[in-house]
Amino acid sequence: MSTTGQHPAVDADELRRRVRDLLDAHPPATTAPLDFLRARFDAGLAWVHYPAGLGGLDAPRSLQAVVDAELAAAGAPDNDPRRIGIGLGMAAPTILGFGTDEQRQRLLRPLWTGEEVWCQLFSEPGAGSDLAALATRAVRDGDDWVVDGQKVWTSSAHIARWAILIARTDPDQPKHRGISYFICDMTDPGVEVRPLRQITGEAEFNEVFLTGVRIPDSRRLGEIGEGWRVAQTTLMNERVAIGGGRVPREGGVIGLVADTWRERPELRTHDLHQRLLRLWMESEAARLAGERLRQQLAVGQPGPEGSAMKLAFARLNQHISALEVELLGEEGLGYDDWTLRRPELVDFTGREAGYRYLRAKGNSIEGGTSEVLLNIIAERVLGLPPEPRTDKDVPWKDLPR
Amino acid sequence: MSTPDLLYSEAEDDLRAAVRSLLTDRCPPATVLSEAESGRAHDVALWGALGTEMGTAGLLVPDKLGGQGATAREAAVVMEELGRAVAPVPYLTSAVLAAGALLGCDTGQEPVARLLGALAEGRTVGTLAVPLSTMAGVSGPPAATVRADGDGTLSGQVSSVAGAAGADVLLVPATGADGYGLYAVETAETSVTVEPLTSLDLTRPLAAVTLTGAPARRLAGPDRAAAAIERALLTGAGLLASEQLGVAEWCLTETVRHTKERHQFGRPVGSFQALKHRMAALWLELVSARATARYAADALATDSPDTPVAVAVAQAHCAEVAVRAAEECVQLHGGIGMTWEHPAHLYLKRAKSDEIALGTPGRHRQALAGLVDLAAPTG
Repeated sequence: MSTTGQHPAVDADELRRRVRDLLDAHPPATTAPLDFLRARFDAGLAWVHYPAGLGGLDAPRSLQAVVDAELAAAGAPDNDPRRIGIGLGMAAPTILGFGTDEQRQRLLRPLWTGEEVWCQLFSEPGAGSDLAALATRAVRDGDDWVVDGQKVWTSSAHIARWAILIARTDPDQPKHRGISYFICDMTDPGVEVRPLRQITGEAEFNEVFLTGVRIPDSRRLGEIGEGWRVAQTTLMNERVAIGGGRVPREGGVIGLVADTWRERPELRTHDLHQRLLRLWMESEAARLAGERLRQQLAVGQPGPEGSAMKLAFARLNQHISALEVELLGEEGLGYDDWTLRRPELVDFTGREAGYRYLRAKGNSIEGGTSEVLLNIIAERVLGLPPEPRTDKDVPWKDLPR
Repeated sequence: MSTPDLLYSEAEDDLRAAVRSLLTDRCPPATVLSEAESGRAHDVALWGALGTEMGTAGLLVPDKLGGQGATAREAAVVMEELGRAVAPVPYLTSAVLAAGALLGCDTGQEPVARLLGALAEGRTVGTLAVPLSTMAGVSGPPAATVRADGDGTLSGQVSSVAGAAGADVLLVPATGADGYGLYAVETAETSVTVEPLTSLDLTRPLAAVTLTGAPARRLAGPDRAAAAIERALLTGAGLLASEQLGVAEWCLTETVRHTKERHQFGRPVGSFQALKHRMAALWLELVSARATARYAADALATDSPDTPVAVAVAQAHCAEVAVRAAEECVQLHGGIGMTWEHPAHLYLKRAKSDEIALGTPGRHRQALAGLVDLAAPTG
């Protein structure tokens, strides 16, 4: 079976023909959604830029939009990309890049169809922005690795079948060099998932405690001690995934506030008017920058604007939701529900202003804090010298913590 | 205009030390959180110790009416400490707003004096039954949503009242055949419903009040009621600035402490200049916030003609400083600042709620425009 580059170039017409064949063989109206998704994967129409046999056709990535549009028009079921976003956006490209053929065959299809949900066991209480400082240990024992440690801020851990995991395999090496990358079976003994309640009252995330978890060496991704390099692939894809999609004007939180403004003239003040207009224009500017980034990606090169988009969205979400609470005045003093809930997805627009205000506070922390992203822009985009580093060549075990 | 005293007196420092010591013992963040989750309106035992035993409930009430005969300056110091602890006690609602409204009535009248004395003792808890977002000034007293009937009863609803759950008596603005008036209603009456609302600020819960023919005692009629309520709201807004200062102070102090201890990249995160400068900038904002809050307290204490300006400046300024400090506190704590266990969220919720309470910064700036002759553009 071929996995790379064996197919002749597939163009948009060819893809449309294949979509028609798929729809003829598996009419969405009479096919169970999961069966349809499996058939779509097998037809190479899941992610067309993936290799043939692994859900793709080695086609240009930009042609995925053609397939998606045709299938949406035909009323085909989708694979709930938001629910399985970690698998799609982070685990899959890493497995594709570093996995063995056996791993790719076993894992990618149920990942894409949503049969198996993935989570990411990266962050730890002591290793957030400085992820490479992680302390979870993996010790070799025969054909297995025995893993002990604690992970935090794990989305979807309570529904996940698999996790991508980074753990320290050599504490005598400097922190970046002693890490290896594994696939962890979340149903294994020793994996304990606890809800992590946050500022909004709900437990959207989890803490994961790993106690003597045995992971076979066959579920390692990449070489021993090369885990940091593998993780870079995961993280790069995480940042591309954030702020990627196409949005209409007023498509984000600004639309909610704009509608409130239009419908509730009694709430208007001069002060809020100027602030709203400013935020409306900034939202439009960010939207256009996002669209421009999307066009850039379509023609090939992802620019450094990805980090800029995440920064802009975090700032805008925070400023707009802060204004929304203030605009609502007396209503802004209320909250919809403090009950401890465990949503599978963040429902940013389905809840009230107070929730948005509080949840948006996380936008500048999760997936790389704004402070760290600004440093990345300063150093990698502007070429400014880095901060002096005292932790580079020191064995991990000797670092201050 | 005489020169205002913007410092703290020795007596005020002593008062602060006593309040802080009590709150450190009895009101640590973990207690505040469990109290907020208990569903109780406020911490009754803490209020007994602070309001009654320490006498803070009666600070604004003259000696001869059973209070401590202090001024807004001392009350402001208490508010700072309560903000620093996000303490779940009815100080603002009972000792400031309710007592303040009564002080504007004819205290020579027995019912007014008796109620004031009871509030000053802290054993009776009251609140002014207006939405917490109500602002003094601009367009006169808040329009009454309650009707006074000829038989001496009140009917109607008031939304988003702070301190109503847990109050023994409500001071209700109402309109009847005799015009606008301020009335006292006992919450124990079956014709009074106080329905707790889910509030953004877990430590200062709101409630909706419904009166259906509730027996009421009129405390002030059209000649005094509006002015009494206005004065109470102005005092409340002025003193709220001190609470906001306290909130901001805790946030900065905790953030500095955390960033000195939290190591990332092999060093304390507080050693990064990008973070260091932000905390230093926050400190600068606190310097000016303290000055404006002190000026408002002093103006209220001395009944300065500049009081409306002082209050507008303090509210517009301190509200924003408190929100910024709480937001920076969450951000600079990183992930832990987003958790339910860490108290940062209690401060963020108090700061954001306080920003709306008794007038938003924008509305206070608008009020200021009129007071200092800086009219808005027309057309």
